[in-house]
Amino acid sequence: MTTETSMLDKFEEKIRKEIKIEPRDWMPEKYRKTLVRQISQHAHSEIVGMLPEGNWITRAPSMRRKVALLAKVQDEAGHGLYLYSAAETLGTTRKEMTDDLHTGKAKYSSIFNYPSLTWADIGAIGWLVDGAAIMNQVMLCRTSYGPYARAMVRICKEESFHQRQGYEIMLTLARGSEEQKAMAQDALNRWWWPSLMMFGPPDHESKHTAQSMAWKIKRKTNDELRQQFVDATVPQAKLIGLKIPDSDLKWNEEKGSYDFGEIDWDEFWNVVKGNGPCNKERLNARVKASEKGQWVREAAAAFAEKQNQRKAKKEQVA
Amino acid sequence: MDKEKDWPLWEIFIRSRAGLNHKHVGSLHAADADMAIENARDVYTRRNEGISIWVVESKHITASNPEDSESLFEPADNKIYRHPTFYNLPDEVKHM
Repeated sequence: MTTETSMLDKFEEKIRKEIKIEPRDWMPEKYRKTLVRQISQHAHSEIVGMLPEGNWITRAPSMRRKVALLAKVQDEAGHGLYLYSAAETLGTTRKEMTDDLHTGKAKYSSIFNYPSLTWADIGAIGWLVDGAAIMNQVMLCRTSYGPYARAMVRICKEESFHQRQGYEIMLTLARGSEEQKAMAQDALNRWWWPSLMMFGPPDHESKHTAQSMAWKIKRKTNDELRQQFVDATVPQAKLIGLKIPDSDLKWNEEKGSYDFGEIDWDEFWNVVKGNGPCNKERLNARVKASEKGQWVREAAAAFAEKQNQRKAKKEQVA
Repeated sequence: MDKEKDWPLWEIFIRSRAGLNHKHVGSLHAADADMAIENARDVYTRRNEGISIWVVESKHITASNPEDSESLFEPADNKIYRHPTFYNLPDEVKHM
């Protein structure tokens, strides 16, 4: 007979040997719960993340920018769907997840609670927000749960264009008129710190990190990823003549990476708790979309039902 | 929240180009098979990933139990004589 302990041993041996865990494999309840929480919140972030950018589709400055932004926002919808499907393999339902989002029980990345005020914000979001997301997602391509890892591989393949289109917008503005350059700098000033917060609280305060590292759900800690992001992004800002809004930022020869200033964690927790500039607006937009779409979902279900009945009748006659 | 149920779940298989098998790529919800194909087109083939799509409602798939994997797959492990390298041939025979 297989006992809980021997199942756990087997599970841990798989984790140790880098063998992926698949939906029907035995797994500790806490592993399942952690994944449902993390994957569904990741999915919600993709969906809510469409809102700040969707805001600029009709006002994109050229056709080239418009088709790129449209494609990017459509990708985010697709990424949300890959992730919801991955979470559903763990036994939750789409409805439970969307209900949790709409009632505020489930969180999504706090970065999307900041407003996109100017066109330069679309550049900054692609460059910084997608840049930070990619750093996290590249790491998650090696996560221990098979369906999550496979969704991440697809997402990473598609997402590299997102960051490039953002950086290209910033580059164009930075090389433009004085006003355009100021607009790019202003967007960088506003998005820099929230982007660093995207990696989550510092390791010593993160309640999930240790267990998630042990189960290889995460392969790098919040602080490691944050450092990696700073080191990759600072030279990119220099290259286009923009200044990172951090007076403590400097190269540390000894560690071979940048030192950077203190993050305002009070601001972070305040936004997480629902008091950011756009929390209410974002949630309302999602609830409204769901309510307005209800008749469509019902009509489609009724149509499918009718078609099935017709088909069954035809088969009977034949 | 309302009592509305999710649309059924469909497993999606894509043939990436002529000559290759359809391969499982993920799943999605749709009211019926036609909608599942249309949604699969939008969700899984935005970058020329496919030339053909199969959709199967998830509930129709019967899967082997992971707990049976030893009894199912281990017997194949010790049958090395099913592989060409098991057989010794003189060096003069270059390709066989």
